[in-house]
Amino acid sequence: MVDIIKISDNIFEVPIGYRPGMRVPGRIFVSQELREMVEPGTIDQVANVATLPGIVKYSMAMPDAHLGYGFPIGGVAAFREEGGVISPGGVGFDINCGVRLLRSDIEAKSVQPLINTLISALFEAVPSGLGATGRLHATDQQLTEAFMAGSRWAVEEGYGFEADLAHCEENGHMAGADPSQVSVKARKRGRPQLGTLGSGNHFLEIQRVEEIFDEDVARKFGLFKGQTTIMIHCGSRGAGHQICTDHLEVLARAVRKYNIDIPDKQLACAPLGSPEARNYFGGMVCAANYAWANRHIIAHWTREVFERYFPGSNLDLVYDVAHNVAKIEEHDVDGRREQLYVHRKGATRAFGPSRREVPDAYRNVGQPVLIPGSMGTPSYVLCGNDQALDLTFGSACHGAGRVMSRSQATRMFAGKDVKAALNKYGIVVKATSPGMLAEEAPQVYKPSGDVVNVVHSLGIATKVAKLVPLGVSKG
Amino acid sequence: MPVRPNYKWMMPFEYLEHTADVKFRAYGHCPEEMLSNAAAALFKAMVDPAAINITEFWNVELEAQDLEQLAYQWLSEIVFLFETESAVFASFTVGLKQNANGTWRLEGKIGGERIDLKRHAFENEVKAVTLHQFQITKNDLWCIQVILDV
Repeated sequence: MVDIIKISDNIFEVPIGYRPGMRVPGRIFVSQELREMVEPGTIDQVANVATLPGIVKYSMAMPDAHLGYGFPIGGVAAFREEGGVISPGGVGFDINCGVRLLRSDIEAKSVQPLINTLISALFEAVPSGLGATGRLHATDQQLTEAFMAGSRWAVEEGYGFEADLAHCEENGHMAGADPSQVSVKARKRGRPQLGTLGSGNHFLEIQRVEEIFDEDVARKFGLFKGQTTIMIHCGSRGAGHQICTDHLEVLARAVRKYNIDIPDKQLACAPLGSPEARNYFGGMVCAANYAWANRHIIAHWTREVFERYFPGSNLDLVYDVAHNVAKIEEHDVDGRREQLYVHRKGATRAFGPSRREVPDAYRNVGQPVLIPGSMGTPSYVLCGNDQALDLTFGSACHGAGRVMSRSQATRMFAGKDVKAALNKYGIVVKATSPGMLAEEAPQVYKPSGDVVNVVHSLGIATKVAKLVPLGVSKG
Repeated sequence: MPVRPNYKWMMPFEYLEHTADVKFRAYGHCPEEMLSNAAAALFKAMVDPAAINITEFWNVELEAQDLEQLAYQWLSEIVFLFETESAVFASFTVGLKQNANGTWRLEGKIGGERIDLKRHAFENEVKAVTLHQFQITKNDLWCIQVILDV
């Protein structure tokens, strides 16, 4: 059996031949310590992705890499338009699961005494958890508009401001949406859930900026030590899950039709340019736009809550990133500019100053890269570097990455103990289901600082600020 | 019905370790039983079936090219019904028919009740059924392996 090779301090290579049919090598960006935590199954998944037609350079895994389905979590792969494929296995079911960061002018010490009240108010204002339906009651027409125009639609409906749009990846609405590729079932799941947080690892968190690593960039991002920030982590809800489910079935048939040999059924795909690929992309964009609209609405309700307790609190949008999505981007490959379909599955875009996709306000430093911690552990804001373009198609990690299965977590921790332990550190948690709280105990994740340090050391993105939780509202 | 002598005892399903998601194998003496047990395994990953009263029934009709695709549709349908009907399920009856042209047809009857968060303590929320390592095998018993996205 061929083993993986250490290339440098934070880069391991999965050589061609690790498994049959690999077209390019794999690259796993981890430190020696994190390498020990990468399961063999994760390496197999990196190798599996490397067998897909039209893959460029490497099948990559970010420092938070862990076992997923199809692609590993933390997986990044880019495909040529000519001869390449698109695969829902490289996007996931929660299309455009992402993170949004709001900043306030309020010092955290003013928020701290009110934290219980604020978290309860947010818990009320933003529906979360199982079976939660929105306060929104979107009509069918509104749903179609959300699929088409994402955050832009939300702003037109009175949620948030025009200025927010420039601070969302893709301006909060991606081109190429095709609502005819959203099934009746996906609409039925998506309609009542627009404006809901969901469950699992999704959260709404009030944070304090604990440490600034780069004063200049922090100033550009509007961040300062001791400041209150709010982080929203959620995605496209049942709409995205169903769109993925529906198209996965179509693409599972397409691999037979186009004679594509795949090592795992979740890597079902279709050649770019084929009707099946076009249809999946059109549906996926609808889900991505839905997710941006969703985060926009949730941010609006969060602003309303803060306005109630801190009038004039002006929660400005720092940035909003997608960490489960496939996008058409231009990259240099062997000295030539090429249009690629970049899949990021549990990976965050980390573009540096040279990219026109970076909003004007951040153009001379790079985009904010938002890395949520797990419940109770710090989150980080980093700044994208041009160096990442060559190394990872401009991609960084998306979180800490699990090290323990959910069932193991449930056996080891009780929800109420997790809550009590967090309370001891002054972190208030409100959740709809204590069972699910145990699964998200801080101990089930890799230390977020270690993961972020690898990204920083590699020069993919540089550390700007560390944010610690004051209170969390969860599904 | 008298018990047939070769009708061996089997466990209906078992969960396997998986870092991020829920993985299970469900068994059956026939594909119908395997699919019924797979549905039970999917649901037990969310809620303790003992807490669910069967007061309502939902009927499902599905068609697919092959048994694997049909199984994927069946399990995905349960996730869809759970979410859109706000219901939890504890009984799954499956009828299968293979048509002359080779396609498969499933008629299912699902029993359960509407979600009551006071009685139904959720351990997971199944977001979707993945095709990762999805497979059906037949040796002594029928076996389906499934990984759920939670």
